[in-house]
Amino acid sequence: MQRRIAGGLLALALIAGPASAELDLTGAWGQKMHEDRLDRGGGPDIGDFTALPINDAALLRAQTWDANKWSVPEHQCAPHPADYGPHGPAHIRIWTTTDPNSFKVVAYHIMLGWMNPVRTIWLDGRPHPSPNAPHTWEGFSTGVWDGDTLVVKTTHLKEGWIRRNGIPRSANGKLTEFLIRHDNVLTWVSAVEDPVYLTEPYVRSWNWVLAPGLWINPYTCAARVEVERPQGFVAHWLPPGMNPMLKEFSDKTGFPTQVTNGGANQLYPEYQLELKKLLPAQLPQWGEPASPF
Amino acid sequence: MSCNTKPASAVGLCRLAATVMLSVGLFGSPAHAQKARATKNAKSAQPAEFAGELDVMHVKGNVYLIGAAGGGAHSVFQIGPDGVVVVDTQTPATSAKLIAAIRKVTPEPIRIILNTSSLPDHTGGNVPVTKVGKFIGDRGEINVASIKGHEGVLNRMSGVLGTTTSPEEAWPTDVYYTGTMDLHMNGEPVILIHHPAAATDGDSVVFFRGSDVVVAGEIFTPDSYPVIKPEERGGSLQGTIDALNRIIDLAVPVMNAQGGTLVVPAYGAIADEYSVVIYRDMLTIVRDRIADLVKRGMTLDQVKAARPTLDYDGIYGTAPRGWTTNQFVEAVYRELSATVDKSSPDHATASP
Repeated sequence: MQRRIAGGLLALALIAGPASAELDLTGAWGQKMHEDRLDRGGGPDIGDFTALPINDAALLRAQTWDANKWSVPEHQCAPHPADYGPHGPAHIRIWTTTDPNSFKVVAYHIMLGWMNPVRTIWLDGRPHPSPNAPHTWEGFSTGVWDGDTLVVKTTHLKEGWIRRNGIPRSANGKLTEFLIRHDNVLTWVSAVEDPVYLTEPYVRSWNWVLAPGLWINPYTCAARVEVERPQGFVAHWLPPGMNPMLKEFSDKTGFPTQVTNGGANQLYPEYQLELKKLLPAQLPQWGEPASPF
Repeated sequence: MSCNTKPASAVGLCRLAATVMLSVGLFGSPAHAQKARATKNAKSAQPAEFAGELDVMHVKGNVYLIGAAGGGAHSVFQIGPDGVVVVDTQTPATSAKLIAAIRKVTPEPIRIILNTSSLPDHTGGNVPVTKVGKFIGDRGEINVASIKGHEGVLNRMSGVLGTTTSPEEAWPTDVYYTGTMDLHMNGEPVILIHHPAAATDGDSVVFFRGSDVVVAGEIFTPDSYPVIKPEERGGSLQGTIDALNRIIDLAVPVMNAQGGTLVVPAYGAIADEYSVVIYRDMLTIVRDRIADLVKRGMTLDQVKAARPTLDYDGIYGTAPRGWTTNQFVEAVYRELSATVDKSSPDHATASP
């Protein structure tokens, strides 16, 4: 009997997977847009900076920001940076690179649907590169398993944005992510820190559902001159804050500027009490025309 | 005029002749030639050797980076069967390690030094690096590398302009005064492109066309606002923006506005086109803001109080080499006060 148990244990040991609680994250995953749908689909309103832990510098950048930027050829094909990509509309596909001898996972690769950026998360313990190495949209990522959660640290990010209405994230920003699989649901938690524009880490989470066979189309982008402008044209509002559309969100919701301008205090539950004091007695109905023009 | 095509014994005389001719040609005044002669033997103090390790990395194609160290800016070298081309030589503090770093990558001799400007953090190691070099001219191989750059570099280093005291051996011996200088080394065109009044009055962008690498020199300093000292260096904000726009024209990304042509700045991370765009956009926005305030008739103190760079100071205002936000705003204010049309009634403008 003891021999049988020992033999069984040996067989289990031989067929078992990795000793730790590593999970398989590979496959095609369909995005669930049940959180922040308006923000992630059509995009945020210009002037909606609510619930962002931003400082005055970030606010000034956003008040200068002009959506005309995306018509300038050198900006047209910019994808979302790593910290924003999962927030935007994007199914994902995940695959691995494995060591040919040990079959250990050396790296995970995650491709997002929109613009097809591919992130590589190294699991082989390599160090992050020199500060002189290029900064990219995807950054340089390393991962370690903490139980059944893949914890990913990312540096070398190119300057990007944390909300696509002009709120910036500098190239000094760093990203920590947690990839958690529960059965066929993948939860991705992201915390971005930026000493330049954020006063506290900004935390978001998103979900995907395993979708075998889901096809992600190639996404090609070719920059073209859409509007003839002088060489070196840079889209921005001058002086900052002159963009009339900055008021649209405030007009639509009835939120005063001190609310729409965001701030770390808005991340905490007790802010709801403060917010009640700041809001007008009668809020406008959503959908009312509020164009300043 | 190339002095490196002459025997080694004649190089010194040739350099002096070039300097005198240049001086007389530029100013028609023997006083400038005397000034050049007076500075030719100046000795620079020997700084302590850089104690750390140099950050050497492959950039792309034939091109490698030696990261800024020892008070010097980034240096770049290109390798191949023709020998080594070094772009900027940091300072004497790193020369021995810089030469050793090149030796680790290739045994080929250093043939050419290209200087992107006359600034000491770019040319400080010219003497020790040229001394281990071997240039091949029309009379055979000589025991120095050829130093090449825009004539503005020679003017500044020789003391024809400004008050520099660079030793004569550090001066470029092969200069150009037109828009470009073309070379062909290691199987690819190497093009020096001059940008007038950018970071200095002698800037060259070096384009390794086959490797697809642009060395921007002091025109691109993504860790700092650009140093603008027209009296000392001859540069300007507008010239810097124009030069950045030219680099953006040269650069072609692969996909997603990323990769492709790589751009090596004077300091900071290796860039691609979009990273240059980020810097160009910042400078253009700051220029437009300060120009708007100048149009409104604001004094320098009022402009400073308005904090037109507030949103960028956390990135570019940390003064890693002592150039402060205040100095930058003052320099831009002075430049724009002299150039902005204050009679224009329109202050507030939106993007067209």
